[in-house]
Amino acid sequence: MNRKKRINSFKAVLPSLGRNEAYCRNLAVAFLAQADPTVEEIADVKTVISEAVTNCIVHAYKNERDESKRKIYIEGVQFEDNTFRFTVKDKGCGIEDIKKAMEPLYTTDAESERSGMGLPIMQTFSDSFRIKSEVGKGTTVTFSKKVSGSDEG
Amino acid sequence: MQDNNRIIYALGGEIDHHKATAIRSEIDDLIMEERPKILTFDFTNVKFMDSSGIGLVLGRTRTMSAVGGRVEIVGASKSIERLFRMAGADKLVEIN
Repeated sequence: MNRKKRINSFKAVLPSLGRNEAYCRNLAVAFLAQADPTVEEIADVKTVISEAVTNCIVHAYKNERDESKRKIYIEGVQFEDNTFRFTVKDKGCGIEDIKKAMEPLYTTDAESERSGMGLPIMQTFSDSFRIKSEVGKGTTVTFSKKVSGSDEG
Repeated sequence: MQDNNRIIYALGGEIDHHKATAIRSEIDDLIMEERPKILTFDFTNVKFMDSSGIGLVLGRTRTMSAVGGRVEIVGASKSIERLFRMAGADKLVEIN
């Protein structure tokens, strides 16, 4: 989908644990920081990463008893025009009805006080957003954000 | 904190699912104990929030209506306020 030249990338695999929500956000922000993003661009990327990682933790592995299989796969690519593409992937239960999941306020987990705004927020806060999911196989969220750069100096 | 009719709950740092899960029962206990008329969430020191914060606040509107009270928000940054409005939470909670 992107023919632009890659200039940098990272990959990380982490256990799907609540405490790693903040870690994943900070990882993405540290990667983004090279392009001198604005405060708003940082906040947008943090929000999308946070929603995606929370989904791994809350939904993806709810039926996975084997702790060693509950993993979050996170990846970032920087292109030469300072577009950043992030991928957050899990190998969990998958989403049965993506259309429904995209609807604002729809949630399958009211018990955990999920607001049902995760996917709509991800879509709003990124420049392009794609979600791929297969029941029993897992979910991959890919989004990109172009960083304007606060100053070229 | 404050008078009998109001609890001001100052949130801080980053509010995500991890944090929201950790504090929600603490706030509910406080509500059931104090039975205030108004629960004010002070967002002044909140540096980041995702949709978990929406769930946290809307969840407390339910606890508060059970004791005949309501919830309000103060000190929210522009981006935090935007999240609440996206979810239509501003119809249920007063944002100042």
